[in-house]
Formats: sequence, C-alpha cells, structure tokens
Amino acid sequence: MRKLLVGMAVFGLLSAACAEENPVVQPGTPQPGETAADCARGVTGYVNSGSLTIGTDNPAYPPYFQGGTTKASGWKFNDPNNGKGFESAVAYAVAGAMGFSGDNVQWVVAPFNQTYAPGPKGWDFAIEQISQSTKRARAVDFSDSYYDVNQALVAVKDTPITSATGLGELKAYTLAAPIGTTSYDYIVNVIEPSKEPGAFNSLADTVAAINAHQVDGIVVDLPTALFIADPFVQEVKDSVVVGQFPTVGTPEHFGMTFVKGNPLAGCVNQALAELKSDGTLEAITTKWLSKKTNVGAVPVFGTS
Amino acid sequence: MSGVSRNGEALRLDGVHKSFGKLEVLKGIDLSVADHEVICLIGSSGSGKSTMLRCINLLEPVDAGRILIHGEDITARGVDVNRIRRHIGIVFQAFNLFPHMTVLRNVTLAPMEALGMSRAEAQARALELLERFGLVEKRDEYPDRLSGGQQQRVGIVRALAMKPDIMLLDEVTSALDPELVAEVLNVIRELAAGGMTMVIATHEMGFARDIARRVCFLDAGRILEEGPPERIFSEPREERTRRFLQSIIDAGRM
Amino acid sequence: MAAGGGGAPELYELPPGEPELPGRGPGILTGLRQEGARGVLIAVVSTIAVFAAIALAVTRSPNWPLVKEAFFNGEEFRSSFPQIAARFVRNVEYFMVAEIFILAFALLLAVMRSLTGPVFFPIRALSIVYTDLFRGIPTILVVYLLGFGVPSLSLAGVPNSATFWAVVALILSYSAYVAEVYRAGIESVHPSQAAAARSLGLSRLQTLRFVVIPQAVRRVIPPLLNDFVGLQKDTALVAFVVVVPEAFKEAQIIQSADFNFTPLLAAALLFLLVTIPMTRLVDWLVARQRRRRQAGGAA
Repeated sequence: MRKLLVGMAVFGLLSAACAEENPVVQPGTPQPGETAADCARGVTGYVNSGSLTIGTDNPAYPPYFQGGTTKASGWKFNDPNNGKGFESAVAYAVAGAMGFSGDNVQWVVAPFNQTYAPGPKGWDFAIEQISQSTKRARAVDFSDSYYDVNQALVAVKDTPITSATGLGELKAYTLAAPIGTTSYDYIVNVIEPSKEPGAFNSLADTVAAINAHQVDGIVVDLPTALFIADPFVQEVKDSVVVGQFPTVGTPEHFGMTFVKGNPLAGCVNQALAELKSDGTLEAITTKWLSKKTNVGAVPVFGTS
Repeated sequence: MSGVSRNGEALRLDGVHKSFGKLEVLKGIDLSVADHEVICLIGSSGSGKSTMLRCINLLEPVDAGRILIHGEDITARGVDVNRIRRHIGIVFQAFNLFPHMTVLRNVTLAPMEALGMSRAEAQARALELLERFGLVEKRDEYPDRLSGGQQQRVGIVRALAMKPDIMLLDEVTSALDPELVAEVLNVIRELAAGGMTMVIATHEMGFARDIARRVCFLDAGRILEEGPPERIFSEPREERTRRFLQSIIDAGRM
Repeated sequence: MAAGGGGAPELYELPPGEPELPGRGPGILTGLRQEGARGVLIAVVSTIAVFAAIALAVTRSPNWPLVKEAFFNGEEFRSSFPQIAARFVRNVEYFMVAEIFILAFALLLAVMRSLTGPVFFPIRALSIVYTDLFRGIPTILVVYLLGFGVPSLSLAGVPNSATFWAVVALILSYSAYVAEVYRAGIESVHPSQAAAARSLGLSRLQTLRFVVIPQAVRRVIPPLLNDFVGLQKDTALVAFVVVVPEAFKEAQIIQSADFNFTPLLAAALLFLLVTIPMTRLVDWLVARQRRRRQAGGAA
C-alpha cells in the first residue's frame, strides 16, 4: 500500500514537471546601418505580437508620468497611456523610433519586485526609475541610460537638517530612502550617518515615515524630490528640497529592464542612440524634468 | 459569629425551596440541627440531599425560605458569602482536592488566604490535623499519588483546617472502593465523638444507624420522615420510607 | 520459553512438534527485531524515492537555472547572511519583550471575560469587543495603523517611535488570540474545583488566583507556545513601518539592491533556527502530558 502511494506521488510530480514550455524569444541583433525600426521588425516573441507592451509600477508618480488618470483606468495618479510625463514620453519616443505607433503601445502594471523575478514576463520591457548596477545585471538585461540620476534630500521646513550644506553635516541625522533605489546605498556608502538609516517598501511608506516624524530627512532621486516637495503638492508636509547630492564615483543612470537575453534590448539601445543624436531625448528631459520648478534652484551639497 | 447561639441551635432551614429552571428540587425543607448534633440524610438519588447541602453553604441560592446559622439569616440580602462559608465545612463525593498543590498546601491554602493566618501557624495546624488522621507522611505528595480513601480524608482535613462550626458531608464514601470506605467512616466517627455538628448525606445505612442522633429521609424534595435511627430503620411510619429501606436491604447494603 | 528475537517470542514461536503453517516461513515471522528492520528499510527507500522524485521534477523544469540563480545563489547567501543575522537580534528583542506583555495582558482579558454576574457585564463586554476587534483585523493592518498613525498625531508625552508602536501593535493583536487560549484553559478546569475553593471561604479572585488559573495555564502551555512561535514569525511585520531594519527588512533591502531573492532565504533560515526548536519543545511537552495522563490515575 505504501509503495502504491509512493508510486502515485512520483507519477504525479513528473507529470506536473512536464508542463508546457514557455515561448522563447528568437535571437537577432541590430546590424550596422539598420534603424531601430528595422531591428524591432526582426524581433519575434513580443508578448502581444504586433504591439509593444511596456510595464511600469502602479501608482505612476509625477514627474515620470503626468496628466492624471480616470476612475476607469485602474492606474493611480497618472495613466501612462496619455504619453505625458518623462518616462511615458521616453517610452513613446522609443516605441516610435522602433516603428510602433501610439496605438500599438500597451501599458501593463509591472510591480517593482516582479521586474527582476525569474521567468517570463507580461511585458516586453519595464520602465520605472530602475537604476542599473552590475549586480542587478545578473538578473535582468538593462538598456542604455535614458536618464542620469542625481539623489536629493527632502526634509521638513525649519528643522535643523535644512541648514546643512555639506555631506558631513548630514551624518548626525536619521535618514531614510525607498527600498530598491540607489538612494539607500548612497546614504549608507557615501553619507555614512551615525544613526542607522531606514528603508521603506515604497515611496508612499517613505513619505509616511517622514510625515510621522520618524526620520529627519528622506533621500530620493531629484525628480521625485521636486515632485513631493512641490508647494502645490506637499506629499511631505511643509517640506523643502534641502539639496542634491554630488555624484560620487560612476554616475547612476536609469535603464529599461528586459528578460535576460531578450534581443529587443539591442533595438531599444539603437532607438535611444537615435533619440540622443537628434536631440529628442534632451527635449523630452527639458520639457518634463528641467523646466522651472516651483521649488526653485536646488543647491548641491559639498562633499565635506 | 460565635460558636453558640442563644438556644444552642446550630442550623435551621425554614421552608426552603429550590428550583433548577422548571424542575423544583426542594419543595419546602424544614430542619433544625442543634449544636453537636449529627444528622444523617438518607434517600434515593435525585431526592435533593446534595442540593440541600449546597444550599446550606450558599453554593446554590435558595428560591424561597430562610437558612439560619446560629441565629443569623444567611440567606438575607447583603450577607458576605465568603465569611459565612469560612464557618461551614463541606466535603464532596468527588474529593475535589487541588491537583497542582501538595497535600500540605491543599490544607494550608484557605487558612492562609481566607483567614489570614501566617504560614507557620497554618502549617502547624495542618500538620496537627494530618497527624491526627494518619496522613502526615503524605504531606508533600500530590493528590494523584494518594488512594481514594486518602484523598477523601485529606478533603475532610482541608475542611477542618478552617475550624468550621458545622461540617456538611455529601456522600463522601460513595465514590470509594469498599475497602477504603472504613478508614473514612472512622474519621467521621472521630469527628462526631469530638462534638462536631454535622449533616451527613449518605448511603451507608449501617454507619448512619451508628452515628446519627437523627435520621431524615428525603423523598422528592421533602423530608418525608425524621426521627432517631432506631425508629426509622426498624419501624418507619411512611410507606415510601419502608420501600426505600427495603430496596437497600435487597441490594445487600444493610 | 525464550527464543531469539525481541519482545514477545511466545507470540511467534510455534510449539515443538506442530507442523509449520503453510505458505509462511519462519524467516519472515521469527522475532520482532527482523520485522522492525524491514520496516526501517521500507521507510528509507520510500523517503528517498519521494524526495528524489520532487528534486527531479523541480530541477527538470524549464526555468530552473534562472530560479536557482535568483533564489539559491550561494555567493549572494554568503555575502548577505552576516548582515541579516546581525539584524535578527532585533527580532529576538521584539518577540521577547512582546511575549511578556502579551502573556500578562491576555490573562487580564481572559479573567475579565470569566467574571460572572450582571454587575460585571460591562467588563465582560469590553473583553469580548476587544478580542473580536483584534482577532478580526489582520495584524499587518494594526502594525501599519499604529506604526504610522500614532507618531503622526505627535501627542505629547507619548513615545514617537514607529518601532515602539509596531511592537505595541503585535502585543495588542496577539493578546486577543492568547486571551482565547487562556479562556479555553479556564473553562476546561472543572467547576467543582472552583466550588471546592469557594466552599472553603476563598473569594472569587482568590479562587481564580490560587486554584483556577494555575491549573488553566498548565493545560494550555502547548497552544501558548504555538502562539509564541507565531509571534516570533510576525516580528517580520514590523518591517513595514520601522526605521531601523530588522532581519526581514534587511533582506528586502539587499534583495532590491541586488535584484536577487536569496537574502529572503537567509532570513527564513534565521527564523527557522528559532522556531523549530520551539515547535519541537511543544511536541515534547504534549507527548509528556499525554504520557502523564495515561500513567496517572492514582494507585
């Protein structure tokens, strides 16, 4: 009887293991002289053939996404489908360079933790303020940079931390950053505070922490800092952007992430190269990230 | 409460009624017990013996009637139940020793906590009583290591440690193996000889005949007949009393 | 007449002179020891077969290399383990402190619930409302609400730390469950015990304190310990609101930075180091109680 049960268990497990294999993307790389569009045409294995499926996280925060959202759409804060906001604009520009019209671009929710989990994805690439690193590149393939990132410090008005002008002065404070951003690494490795810094699971929680007076200041990338401290937004109550951090070592950059081995990455890089050389990327950056902000000029911290 | 009342009446029940829901168990009990008297209650199961004893020590509230202990109406409003109970000792059929305490601690707990005795005093009294009833070597044992008879004797000692004015014994030998019954009955005999006022519910007719000043036959919630044991056992007046005693004889218990 | 083998040879040995039973050789039935060895062999073989089948099924699946790299990465484990282990000390602090308060507060709730009589109705009701509330709300919600909510109020004289309120949230949540455990224990103590104690003149409170509760608690030690194990694991919930990272948060930090899930495994291992000995202890206690109950029954 026991042997029969063992046999049944073995049989059951082996059948489960022989499940259908997932579709594999066909290889192909952009040839010199090929446009991004040619390259993209040569790629098979799109999640939805005939269109480009892009993933980003929900909520889609400004300034990376703008234009608001509707109740029906399911996206919080902003709906990427409207093409507004820095990352939405970059995504549509890249899609356009690869020969996809706006109608052939679909957006799906790609939770941050999912973007690097092993296995096939419901999107062709994800664009959600993901910083490239060597360690991370073990798990996913990154595109080239579409934005070089600076970190910035947000704090509550008239608190002692707002008078700091150099990195050394920040050591004494309790700082926090959202998990998964290089902001946390920056705090730990560059600022080296004497009080243990915190990391929160989402931007929302990080903002909640400073609103609850748990931390003296939060470190986020500069565009996000400009958004949450904007006088008309004030995600963080009574907040100011105290300053931005100098680049230390290799500058960080954001890249789109792809399932490892996806040749579409090569086509996207080609598209980015085209957008950089004809000034489109710069125009997009200027339009959505650099135009006069309601915060004013943001000083750079000294290294001392 | 002093130990002696004006007329030497230790306990009195006046027209006591008790119902559980729709079922009336005591249908008007009148009883008077004098100091140092030993009363035995006999009757079949369900006749109300246990309920009566539990009413006397206020474990059950009465629905009508009064109970007086040395002239004090203990069923009146606002009576301090704990104080009354300290003067009445009750021993149950199921021993009910505290299993997580040693024999000694079982006996000293209430004197220390309810009477406020010091540990030394309580222990001295406990050891004296245990010695008297042949249990002193068991003082550091837990109840589960004792025989049924030993446990019941400890139960009696535990009640005695409070120096009660009256002892109520509810079928205390009914759960014991026959060979253990005698040791418990001897303890009770000793108490009676020492002048303790007692109300004893029992099936042991021979014992009742020996020890009781009066025997009360309870039937369907009423004291149907009462009198000295010689008369009750040999010349019962009531038909039901006769039938009850006959059934006892037939069962070979008398 | 003893023969070879272990236990009860007379069950298996045939009396001299009797013919052998057809179809059975003495080789299979002689002595319990041989039967025991065979049982062990079967157990070993079937265990190996089952686990080999599972391992085969898992490692043959198409994505296994990627999953192995993402979840079972040796290098990542080695580099992250020391940091996570250092932070695990905080989890230990949280559950040790919380458990003390839980045991006390839950007992209070259970006693409140057990008070009989109409005059005590409000106290009973309070206890019931409390346990309904905190057993009904997911613990993580309570952690969020208190961990972020209370410090936001900036009340004077009240501690401001999210860690403090997160641990308080655990205490409030778990006390509701543990109160029910105590209640079951109290109700399992036969009413004759309380009757005996009250008959001796002990007050209601004295009866609870000396007679009922000691017995009740002894009976429910296994479920109390089980709830303690639950608490040990749930210290990970504070990760969502606290500034200072404990083991789970630390693992998440490394996971997100390195895009690798192995640190979570390292954290899981640390929790197991604490919870497994505790669950074995519970099993042992339960078995001991059972043995005692069977052996008990006085001489």
